[in-house]
Amino acid sequence: MGNTSSMLTQYDIEEVQQHCNNAFSQQEIVSLYERFCQLDRNGGGFVSGEEFLSVPEFAVNPLSQRLLRMLDGLNFKEFVAFLSAFSPRATVQQKIEFIFKVYDSDGNGKVTFNDMLDVLHDLTGQFISEQQREQVLTKVLEEAGYTKESLLVMSDFVKLHNMMHVAYLMVVRNSLVLVGSELSTPDYCKTLLSLSSQSVFEIALQVTLECST
Amino acid sequence: MSSGKGGELIPSSSELDLDRPNIEDYLPSGSSIHEPLGKLRLCDLLDISPTLTEAAGAIVDDSFTRCFKSNPPEPWNWNVYLFPLWCCGVVIRYLILFPVRVIVLTVGWIIFLSCFIPVHLLLKGHDKLQKNMERALVELICSFFVASWTGVINYHGPRPSMRPKQVFVANHTSMIDFIILEQMSSFAVIMQKHPGWVGLLQSTILESVGCIWFNRTEAKDRETVTKKLREHSQGVDNNPLLIFPEGTCVNNQYSVMFKKGAFELGCTICPIAIKYNKIFVDAFWNSRKQSFTMHLLQLMTSWAVVCDVWYLEPQNLRPDETPIEFAERVRDIISVRAGLKKVPWDGYLKYSRPSPKHRER
Repeated sequence: MGNTSSMLTQYDIEEVQQHCNNAFSQQEIVSLYERFCQLDRNGGGFVSGEEFLSVPEFAVNPLSQRLLRMLDGLNFKEFVAFLSAFSPRATVQQKIEFIFKVYDSDGNGKVTFNDMLDVLHDLTGQFISEQQREQVLTKVLEEAGYTKESLLVMSDFVKLHNMMHVAYLMVVRNSLVLVGSELSTPDYCKTLLSLSSQSVFEIALQVTLECST
Repeated sequence: MSSGKGGELIPSSSELDLDRPNIEDYLPSGSSIHEPLGKLRLCDLLDISPTLTEAAGAIVDDSFTRCFKSNPPEPWNWNVYLFPLWCCGVVIRYLILFPVRVIVLTVGWIIFLSCFIPVHLLLKGHDKLQKNMERALVELICSFFVASWTGVINYHGPRPSMRPKQVFVANHTSMIDFIILEQMSSFAVIMQKHPGWVGLLQSTILESVGCIWFNRTEAKDRETVTKKLREHSQGVDNNPLLIFPEGTCVNNQYSVMFKKGAFELGCTICPIAIKYNKIFVDAFWNSRKQSFTMHLLQLMTSWAVVCDVWYLEPQNLRPDETPIEFAERVRDIISVRAGLKKVPWDGYLKYSRPSPKHRER
C-alpha cells in the first residue's frame, strides 16, 4: 500500500485492521484513508512532518514536535496503528503505552527525569521557570515514592493509570470525531495556576474553538 | 463537539496577533490565583491526555482544511432512467450552451475593446469624461461575463451610493465575486497580482477603475499597500474600494478571519454578503487545484451561476472598539446573512505555517 490510489481494496482494509489489532472498524479505516490522502498532498504514500505541520490546529499544539518524531514518514498502515490508541476499542493498557512512548523519546523503555522535564517544558513553556519546574517535579516524584534519579518503566505508568483520564475517538455520522474526555483533574489545573498566571491546558484548548456540527 | 462560547473570539487589546483570545475568559470562574486545591500528584503531572487528544483530533479532522474543501456533488445519474437525462444535459451544456456563451462573450469583448481603446487613447485630456466612460465600459464587460455563465443574481438591499470615505467588504469565494459586484456598481478592488492573461487584464483595463495590486509573498508589500489604500479612500473622485478581508478564496460554507487592514482606514464599512447556490454549480475557486481559465470554463459549461448578494447596513467603528473587534463584528454580520460558519483561523495559513511565536504563548 505504498501508493495513494484512491481505491482501497477489501484486502487492504483487512490487512490494516489486523495490523492495528482491530482498533478500528472497516468504515473508520475508510474514513481515515480519506483523511490520509487529504494530508498526503504530494501523493508519496506517506505523510511528512511538513504536511502535518500544514494543519494549523496541529502546529500550535504544544506537543506537536514530540508527536512529529513519532509520525514522520508513516505510511497508512502505521498511521492507523499510531491512532489506534485513541480508539474506543483500545484497552487502557494501550493508551498508557502510547503516553509512555510520547515521554520516552529515545525509545529505550525508560523514562528519565529529564524526559518528564522536557514534556513539562513543552506544555508550560515560559510560564514557569526551569527551576520551578524542577522543584515541582522533584517534589511530586518524591511524594510518589521515586527519586530524581529513578527511571520509570511501563509498569510504573500502569500503576499510576487509575488516576489518568484518557481520550476516545468515535465515529459520528461516518466521519471521525475526537471526543475529549474530562479535563485533567481540576486540582492540577488550579495548582498549576498557583504557579503561573495562565493555565496551560486552557491555552491548549483555545485552538480548538470550533462551531461546526 | 463543544463550541466554546459560541465559537467567537474575544480579542485582546494588543493588536499584534489577530487570533489571540483573552485568556481571562477561559479561566474557571471564581478561581483565585493563589489557592492550590488538593495535592498535586505524579499521575496528574504526567497526564498529557488532553493535549494528546487535541493533537489527534487535529490530525483526524481540522476546521482549517474544511474551509477549503469543495464537496463533490452526490452522483444522481446512476440509474437507467436518469442516466440518459444526464447525458442529454451534458450534450446541451457542452454543445449548445457553451458555444452560445462563447459567442456572447466574444461579442462582448469586441464591443468593449472597440469602445475602450479609442476612449483610452483619444480622451486623454478630458479626465472626468474618460473616467466615466471607462467605468461604464467595465460595467458592460462584466455584464457580458455574467451573461456568459447565465448568471442569475439576486441583489438584495439598497444599491450602494457613491460617497467618499466608504469601503466595501465582502466574503470571498472566487475571483468572479468581483465581476458580479462590478456589474452593478463600479468598484476599485484590491487584488493579488496574477500571472498570465489575468495579469494583463489587471494592468490595463482594471487600472482604469483604480485598482490596487499587492503581492502576498513580499513582506514589505503590506506597508505600501496600506498607504495606497489610505490614499485611495481619502480621494473624492475615486471609485469606492472593495476589499475581501479574508485574503483568500474560501469554499462559501465557512468564513476565515478578516484582516484588520480594511477596518483601520477610518471609513464607513459597508458589508456585502455573497452566497452561491450549490445546486447549479460550485463556484468555489480552489486556486491550488484549478487555474482561473479552467475555473471559467467550468462555469461556462454548467447550467447557471445562481447567487444572492446582500448589501448590508453600513457600519462604523464604535468609540470603544478596536479595529480587530470591529472586523470580527462585521464578519459576524456577513456570516449570519450568508449562512457561513466562522472559523478562528487566518486565511494566509493556507500559504504558510503558524509562526513559532503563536505556539510559545
